[in-house]
Amino acid sequence: MADDMKLLPEQDRKFTLNFGPQHPAAHGVLRMVMDLDGELVTRIDSHIGLLHRGTEKLLEYKTYLQGLPYFDRLHYSAPMNQEHAWCLAIEKMLGLEVPRRASFIRVLYCEIGRILEHLLNVGTFVMDAGALTPITWAFEQREILMGFYERASGSRLHAAYFRPGGVHQDISQDLIDDIMAFCEQFPKAMENFEGLVTENRIFKQRNVNIGVVTEKTVMEYGFSGVMARGSGLPWDLRRSQPYEIYSEIPQNVFPVIIGKNGDNYDRYVCRMEEMQVSNEIMKWCIENMPKGPVMAEGTKVTPPRRGEMKNSMEALIHHFKLYTEGFHVPAGEVYAAVEAPAGEFGVYLVADGTNRPYRVKLRAPSFAHLAAMDHLCRGHQLADASTILGSLDIVFGEVDR
Amino acid sequence: MSEQTEALQELGEHIALKMPDAVRKFEINFGELTLYAERDAIVSLAEFLKRDALCNFEQLIDVCGVDYPERGQRFDVVYHFLSMRMNHRIRVKIKTDEDSAVPTLTGLHPGANWFEREAFDMYGMRFSGHPDMRRILTDYGFEGHPLRKDFPLTGYTEVRYDDLEKRVVHEPVELTQEYRNFDFLSPWEGMTSELPGDEKAAEAEGEGA
Repeated sequence: MADDMKLLPEQDRKFTLNFGPQHPAAHGVLRMVMDLDGELVTRIDSHIGLLHRGTEKLLEYKTYLQGLPYFDRLHYSAPMNQEHAWCLAIEKMLGLEVPRRASFIRVLYCEIGRILEHLLNVGTFVMDAGALTPITWAFEQREILMGFYERASGSRLHAAYFRPGGVHQDISQDLIDDIMAFCEQFPKAMENFEGLVTENRIFKQRNVNIGVVTEKTVMEYGFSGVMARGSGLPWDLRRSQPYEIYSEIPQNVFPVIIGKNGDNYDRYVCRMEEMQVSNEIMKWCIENMPKGPVMAEGTKVTPPRRGEMKNSMEALIHHFKLYTEGFHVPAGEVYAAVEAPAGEFGVYLVADGTNRPYRVKLRAPSFAHLAAMDHLCRGHQLADASTILGSLDIVFGEVDR
Repeated sequence: MSEQTEALQELGEHIALKMPDAVRKFEINFGELTLYAERDAIVSLAEFLKRDALCNFEQLIDVCGVDYPERGQRFDVVYHFLSMRMNHRIRVKIKTDEDSAVPTLTGLHPGANWFEREAFDMYGMRFSGHPDMRRILTDYGFEGHPLRKDFPLTGYTEVRYDDLEKRVVHEPVELTQEYRNFDFLSPWEGMTSELPGDEKAAEAEGEGA
């Protein structure tokens, strides 16, 4: 060390730090320009949009069915939950009824998606706090779940499985049995995970009382999902504005999990508990799943059956028209929201009566949560910024769209 | 359904009664309440929606633009509000154009900050009083507003890394194959019940009879 390196006087210890866009704790491509006063964060300016692909613009140029796979690419760790919002918006406009079995399959796969996403989040979150092992255990479970995705839809990530009017294909009894077997072992796996993390002293020191979200913040910044529930607000769209068959699920199977203090740690605990609840919902779905069709029949929105197509000219024409021109949605506008793993994912759809949407606005929960990053981090240490970011559950696919 | 619609009808009437200067009309479609409001009264309306005991719309869920280029005031700004306490939603729509500014809601709902920046970025509508109006999703130095209907899907420039210049260069878009934008609304393909020329048949029938 050279002798001329003296400590700066206190009022001059202000830095501007560039965090990202390529940083392991940035959970994707986030660039944050941080103003620091010593170790304390005084301002964060988040630069987003590095993953902007113009999904909303692309959707205006695609038919309703062609637009569907774009939703897998938004929140790419729980793809089906996004498709769900799109299907609900279209079904709301068309007044389309979904068969009961399809509703059950949708709920089953939405809960699989929730576990997928929460596992990814808690895994990376504890990694941000310095624990390198738990994420491998989380990904072990994720791997099994993505296998279920593949067996239902043919692909592990970009499923394109939910379609307006139902789901694309029925799932076999084998698959249902395997999902049940997964549900039986899942609590044990989570017990191991929790044993390593939940009461860990270092993890608690990094997270208890850090990033406290008050009810006021929830209201002002439009938080939803775990960000709201972690602060003690019992708000879950699956309960308060139920869609599909969520209203039929009994209270003891599906309670709304809420936190108390609204800090990072509470949000972590909420996510762990919610995974157990999702697991119970999956079991309930499997036990109560009815038989029957999985696609609405007799409409121009859904394809004809394969066998019918071989014999009926009309069915063949219908099939051809559906997959080239697509179906027409009457003019109007709707907003459909689902409780995605990160929070309220909404689709605001403006239709003009043609086969393509006039305007689609995707309301991503992570976008609203990340917008509050500056507010949440002010006055915290630099090291806290990465754990707060981890607990926000940010996925750049949907922030940047 | 009907019970819900009735509640929304009452709510709409209540708001229209209390804020006659701000609300032009309201309607209920697909079980959703839409208010058509005056642009300059949006802040006072949002404040009323937030504070009024019956409304209690404390959360601003979303702000977005919609472009209708054939209209005089070409943009709609659409706000979605949610009340967790009352468990209902509302949509507020106002009209604006490229030149006139919309009062910002950041004072009431700090969360509006990014949503308004996004609307500006995508459509180029102005928000007056916004604390930090910059582009948000598009690239540094981007020109134009991509979600406008007259902005082409492919954009105007493309980027690549130039190995000679050792930097990323921006160039005009060159497509090896034109984007195939099928027009399914042509009279041969569309599903309109009446095709152009059909009226002649009716006329001929009229003459024959």
